[in-house]
Amino acid sequence: MESLYLLIPLSVLLVLALVAMFGWALFGGQFDDLEREGGRILLDDGPPLDTHQRVAEAATKE
Amino acid sequence: MVSSSVTAPPPSDSVYDDTAVRLFAMAAIVWGVVGMLVGVFIAAELAWPDISLGVPWLSYGRIRPLHTNAVIFAFGGCALMATSYYVVQRTCQVRLFSRTLSLLHFWGYQAVIVLAAITLPLGITRGKEYAELEWPIALLLTVVWLIYAFVFFGTIGIRKVRHIYVANWFYGAFIIAVALLHVVNAATLPVSLWKSYSVYSGAQDAMVQWWYGHNAVGFFLTAGFLGMMYYFIPKQAERPIYSYRLSIVHFWALIFTYMWAGPHHLHYTALPDWVQSLGMVFSLVLLAPSWGGMINGIMTLSGAWHKLRDDPILKFLIVSLSFYGMATFEGPMMAIKTVNSLSHYTDWGIAHVHSGALGWVGMISMGSLYYLIPRMFGRKEMYSVKAISLHFWIATVGIVLYIASMWIAGVMEGLMWRSVNPDGTLTYSFVETVKATFPFYVVRLCGGLLYLAGMLVMAWNVARTATNGRYAPVRVPMAVAHA
Repeated sequence: MESLYLLIPLSVLLVLALVAMFGWALFGGQFDDLEREGGRILLDDGPPLDTHQRVAEAATKE
Repeated sequence: MVSSSVTAPPPSDSVYDDTAVRLFAMAAIVWGVVGMLVGVFIAAELAWPDISLGVPWLSYGRIRPLHTNAVIFAFGGCALMATSYYVVQRTCQVRLFSRTLSLLHFWGYQAVIVLAAITLPLGITRGKEYAELEWPIALLLTVVWLIYAFVFFGTIGIRKVRHIYVANWFYGAFIIAVALLHVVNAATLPVSLWKSYSVYSGAQDAMVQWWYGHNAVGFFLTAGFLGMMYYFIPKQAERPIYSYRLSIVHFWALIFTYMWAGPHHLHYTALPDWVQSLGMVFSLVLLAPSWGGMINGIMTLSGAWHKLRDDPILKFLIVSLSFYGMATFEGPMMAIKTVNSLSHYTDWGIAHVHSGALGWVGMISMGSLYYLIPRMFGRKEMYSVKAISLHFWIATVGIVLYIASMWIAGVMEGLMWRSVNPDGTLTYSFVETVKATFPFYVVRLCGGLLYLAGMLVMAWNVARTATNGRYAPVRVPMAVAHA
């Protein structure tokens, strides 16, 4: 089953990439305030972004 | 808000870029009608094989891939592209990363669809299910897909909202995974302009094909449409998703466990036994994240079930989730080897696929498009809300007829094929089992006709909405705040 020598390493690499993405999301603050993020899409204009949620401010803070 | 932006057009960078959204939404309707019409035709061919009148490019073997490509990649693909461009802009509160590239993506993708519609009836095919397109078209698709990825992830890159909404994660996984699957499975050695051979052979090729095939189900037909689900159900219900936390768990659990379910398409074949068992186990594991997501979507209406009574768009969205739940329960069951020995190669597979395709993919797309299309033409709702309701009921009855007839036909075929006389000979010849399916094929055709009729109602409603509306740009909230 030579094809497994391609598919299994490919899947392992993919899982490692996913772990990296998950780590980025977890430590980058993506999951910090989940309850509010779930509700925000309901307002067409969106509630005003505070400093934590706005990209520019978050970037300067870090 | 909308009317004020019509009277005083804001500068273009402060409104959402919805041209590609509108084009893809319209294309989804057109390809939906075409793909379902072709489906009805091949359903009739299975009941009455002579109706192709001996015309080779109408024969079942050539037209069936046209049907699958048209409904999955043309209808489903355009619906995913329209909604992903809509959702990514709204949730990131920013315009599309590049208007030119988004339009190039649209026209490039339509070119792929048209080329498929020409080459498949001519018998130009790689012979790989759901990956039939010959190498020049597959190459064009790769380029178009990279443009799509560039625009989508570029838009996320310039987002004004720090948090990336869960729908974008699902859309993003769909875009990346399909690119990877397509490139690996399309690896091919061309011998002429319209003929190539897979670089894999025999059981290797089968393994790669179903690694591709099942992950296409997982990432094209599941992850992508879950992106729709997580945006349009809360929007239409005007309630946040039941548990946003669960939606994050749903995402990561689904993408971490999906990759190895493919071997269940190759039970009892030359594939090594341990790979088959691996595929079966991973398929069973998938039940958990799938049902978690389904419950999360349906429970969004918890405490507001009355909305389901009056709102036909919510009916589409919620019933689509019930079909998602049914199909994701049935799938793992069919992946169990003992069940598979009965169900494989029978019409049970067709029933399973169509409860997913007509019920889940079709209805979630229709519901989402019914939400999106009026907003693309400066209207609050579709031209006729009653027609949405009519469409819902015709489509639902059509699906029930379709899958019930195919379930019965499938179990009957499986039982007839395995039935043996006391002396060890087969009880039925194969042609007797074909003959026995005839009434069920006719019922299936009726179900398909109803589903197509519903789609025609939708096309009429969309045309009336578009001609009675006008393009009204929608402001980007952040840009307004800055102005």
